[in-house]
Amino acid sequence: MSSINKFSSRLIATVVSNKRVGQYHQILLNVGEMVNTCKPGNFVAIRVGGDNAKMILRRAFAISRVSLTGPYGGSMELIVAPFGQGSKWLCAQAEGAEIDLIAPLGTAFGIPTEPVRALLVGGGYGSAPLFGLAEVLKNRGCRVDMYLGASTGGKIYAPMEGKRSVNVLRIYTEDGSMGERGRVTEPIPGLIADGLVDVIYSCGPMPMLRAISEIVAGSDVVHQCAVEESMACGVGICMTCVLPVNDEDGNVSMKRSCIDGPVMDGAFVAWDLVGKIPEAHA
Amino acid sequence: MIDLSTTFGNAWFPSPLFTASGCASSGKELAQFIDLREIGAVVTKSVMSKARHGRPTPRMAETPSGMVNSIGLQGPGIDAFLAEDLPWLVSQKARVIVSIAGETVEEYATLARKVRSAPGISALEVNISCPNVENRGMVFACDPEASRRVIDGVRKTLGGELPIIAKLSPDVTDLVSIAKGVVDAGADGLALINTVLSMVINLDTMRPHLGGKTGGLSGPAIRPIAVRAIYQVHEAMPNIPILGMGGVSTGRDALELILAGAKGVSVGTASFADPAAIITIQNELKELLAARGFTSVAQAVGFAHRPLEEPGNNS
Repeated sequence: MSSINKFSSRLIATVVSNKRVGQYHQILLNVGEMVNTCKPGNFVAIRVGGDNAKMILRRAFAISRVSLTGPYGGSMELIVAPFGQGSKWLCAQAEGAEIDLIAPLGTAFGIPTEPVRALLVGGGYGSAPLFGLAEVLKNRGCRVDMYLGASTGGKIYAPMEGKRSVNVLRIYTEDGSMGERGRVTEPIPGLIADGLVDVIYSCGPMPMLRAISEIVAGSDVVHQCAVEESMACGVGICMTCVLPVNDEDGNVSMKRSCIDGPVMDGAFVAWDLVGKIPEAHA
Repeated sequence: MIDLSTTFGNAWFPSPLFTASGCASSGKELAQFIDLREIGAVVTKSVMSKARHGRPTPRMAETPSGMVNSIGLQGPGIDAFLAEDLPWLVSQKARVIVSIAGETVEEYATLARKVRSAPGISALEVNISCPNVENRGMVFACDPEASRRVIDGVRKTLGGELPIIAKLSPDVTDLVSIAKGVVDAGADGLALINTVLSMVINLDTMRPHLGGKTGGLSGPAIRPIAVRAIYQVHEAMPNIPILGMGGVSTGRDALELILAGAKGVSVGTASFADPAAIITIQNELKELLAARGFTSVAQAVGFAHRPLEEPGNNS
């Protein structure tokens, strides 16, 4: 056996519910005991389109949260934006539909052993896995602040019940249609300067993750980010979802965001080289 | 009982189903989902002399019943591969076919020399057809003379022990003549087919979507091309073992390639959709062979070539 994805398995899950929440769908899947091995930050790879689909690749979705005690046993929640063909198909699945999935995949957010002041930053529906993370951090005695941003209010995902786990929830939209006008990253330098944050957890578009990494550079704040690169397999064999990451010695190599991520230490990602190729190996 | 065993040169395999190079990394990632000992062999990702970053992202575009990839042979380099990846596979008791790729005839020979002294390898795949290289002139398999020189250099370096399987490209006018050339130069078998050179244009940027601009098409979309290539080459050289690949996703597809002339079948892109696909395909193949009255894979190899007057087993 190998140590990669050692808790992963394939499962046919049924759709418990599928509700529209603003521009997103909240999809609840019955996955039984699989929930015991799912951690905040992990993702699920789902086969889309049915048996005769021309779409041959699974789609990767962040696991928003899991619950052991749902009405149907263990359940997994996904927040899906019906954007591409695959996610539209998933969002069209009714209660009772069977879903072929592989989970849990990838790395998880690191949970501190001591209570810390945590800032959770989400962009768009990237906020989804942060609510599950907030619950875990809260149970560890952490102070949890959550800042969510999007271009417009309709793209903010912030469920009422999720607010229970956070001390402060602030919302930023670029058009000012919800919360404060501006980018979610704008208040972060002030928080760091005032010593109000120890760890930042982020999930959202790559430019947002990069901006946070640049803000925390030079400070003691740890930045754990869930990266996003297009994947074919989700299990580490196709080598398509790579991004450049530094090692301790400053050597850059192309790491797979599926098995070396999605959660990575933002300080090690070579953000200026994303989408490019580092210098050839010596 | 169906005898699934097959051979390539002097190498014996308990099953005709192999992973495809570049679609199983070095095996570790699949081991969570399948028992590597249950399949014919793990064909490892083509390795070069030095560590290599590969091409920039985006590296992938899904297309109808297929995908275009542009990885560019990212890998650890042969020394790290032989020190870390290969010993792990051997320790798992997996049968291993090591795939090598080079930029020059000399690089292939150097790689072959290093592989020669490594224990636990069943065969060597010489990938002379990767489409994702900076210089399309590097695709040796598009040039009969260059193909021949690579295989000749590898054969001379390797000696006569380890079977050589030359991986060829379908992107040629006369595949049979290239196949004959590499067999003359010392290849014991042929791997057919590598991906098909292709391109996707992004309608948002209105530029080629892939970082490397061009890529290789794989998946069910190319299966009929693979069947044609295998059929043509088997017809010309019925005694040369062929490792067939190209869009195999079911037992039915594997049997189709075997009937065309493949002695072994690699599962590539289907593993992306289901990391345990190769096991499902193996089980389906067993049933399909039995349903047609075959008692071994060997009986079915090239069966589509039998004379018109000769009936099928069950007719």
